[in-house]
Amino acid sequence: MSPLDDLKTAIKSRLGELDCVIGWEQGYDQLHATPLFIRSEADLDRLVIGPLAVHNLATYLPGLRGKKVGIIVKGCDSRSVIQLLNENLITRDDLVVFGLCCSGVVSHRKIRAALPVDPGFVEAVDLSTDTLSITASGQTTILHMADIAADKCQICQYPNALIADVLVGSPQESKVLTTLACQEEFEAKSEAEKFAFWQETMSRCIRCYACRNACPMCVCRDFCISTSRDPLWLGQENTPGENMMFQLIHVSHLTGRCTECGECERACPVDIPLLLLRRYMNKQVQDVFEHRAGTALEQTPPLLTFKVEEEGIKERGW
Amino acid sequence: MSPQNIRELRIVGFLCNWCSYGGADTAGVGRFVQPTDLRIIRVPCSGRIDPLFIVRAFMNGADGVLVSGCHPRDCHYAEGNFYARRRLEMLKRFLPITGIDNRRFEYTWVSASEGQRWQHVVTEFTRGIHTLGPAPSFNPVSETEWNKLAVQASEGQGCPCHG
Repeated sequence: MSPLDDLKTAIKSRLGELDCVIGWEQGYDQLHATPLFIRSEADLDRLVIGPLAVHNLATYLPGLRGKKVGIIVKGCDSRSVIQLLNENLITRDDLVVFGLCCSGVVSHRKIRAALPVDPGFVEAVDLSTDTLSITASGQTTILHMADIAADKCQICQYPNALIADVLVGSPQESKVLTTLACQEEFEAKSEAEKFAFWQETMSRCIRCYACRNACPMCVCRDFCISTSRDPLWLGQENTPGENMMFQLIHVSHLTGRCTECGECERACPVDIPLLLLRRYMNKQVQDVFEHRAGTALEQTPPLLTFKVEEEGIKERGW
Repeated sequence: MSPQNIRELRIVGFLCNWCSYGGADTAGVGRFVQPTDLRIIRVPCSGRIDPLFIVRAFMNGADGVLVSGCHPRDCHYAEGNFYARRRLEMLKRFLPITGIDNRRFEYTWVSASEGQRWQHVVTEFTRGIHTLGPAPSFNPVSETEWNKLAVQASEGQGCPCHG
């Protein structure tokens, strides 16, 4: 049986005790998936998994607190689930995790860039192990998975769900690469270049808050300080400074919590490379506290605790 | 560094009520000469300082930010500065990626009796900020700069990996 059939069987056996199971279905065309809330066995037929099922469904979990929910997770999504559990934002007893062994997902941004023309409506998609062929406006383009895989998948260290009541598929190897070339290239730039880059890039931001809404760790929802008027953390003018300030609020609140699922960057309508900031912050957390969010249960986020003598922090003398 | 012959820069200081604010006071009572660029904000504890206070100060045009609290183990609230140390260290390490020079931000510990140490810290920090000069502003000020941004945006520059 294919992993999808295994998954369907597993969900079918648990569906009775659950209010819903969150998965993916085909979206408005074959290239795009969209989240699916499975409430009955009939819904189960629409379930899809694979490289096009890009969303991190853990984002929905805090909002469904108090309900019995099943969730399908890839390796990266499972880190978000673990992090939410560690922070007591969701309850383990109310949760059934269906884990996948993931071989990577696509980046729709890269697909869009690789196609000769903007495809508009995609008529047919044919998936094989390492190619994706897309038919749009009567034209078929064959793309290699390696070229269109999401950045996070190229350095994926946790392809298999780290937490799962049911694990489906055959376990995948983690990637050898641990850093991205574009990240290193950006970090090597001078302060002035980085400043100019953010100034230019943030002038594109339309402050739609999609990055915040897609983030599984952004759980304040209506109480987000960036939309509060008292205190007024963030002005309403759409200037690069205020837009950057919003991103810094986001990153600051994710310190030691970000699981690098990349939903912020995927959700951004104006292609701001938000993960440059997130990855850098995570690297600092890793360096100082040897902490990687969402990789083990019972971890305490590093900023919620302290040591009297910090080995990782070198105090500067005067 | 005397205020008479040099342009003042804007340096914001967040000082905890129990140690560093007292230390600054001791320095004042002792009539130690200090640079006058620092504007002090008194907070109950260094643990009260959200790293975003510092970010906000930079975004609002501060040229430097200095945070000072009680020495670790000496916190008036027992553990506030232990949490602060973690947060401030993460901010200090994070700043370079944003293009803000992290030498513009410093955190330190000064007790209420250390007037001289306070004088030393302020003098050194202010000297450092004057070496760096005024901080660049995120918000373009002139019409020409806005037009330049519009041209850049239409060219669609971005992260090299998303080009």
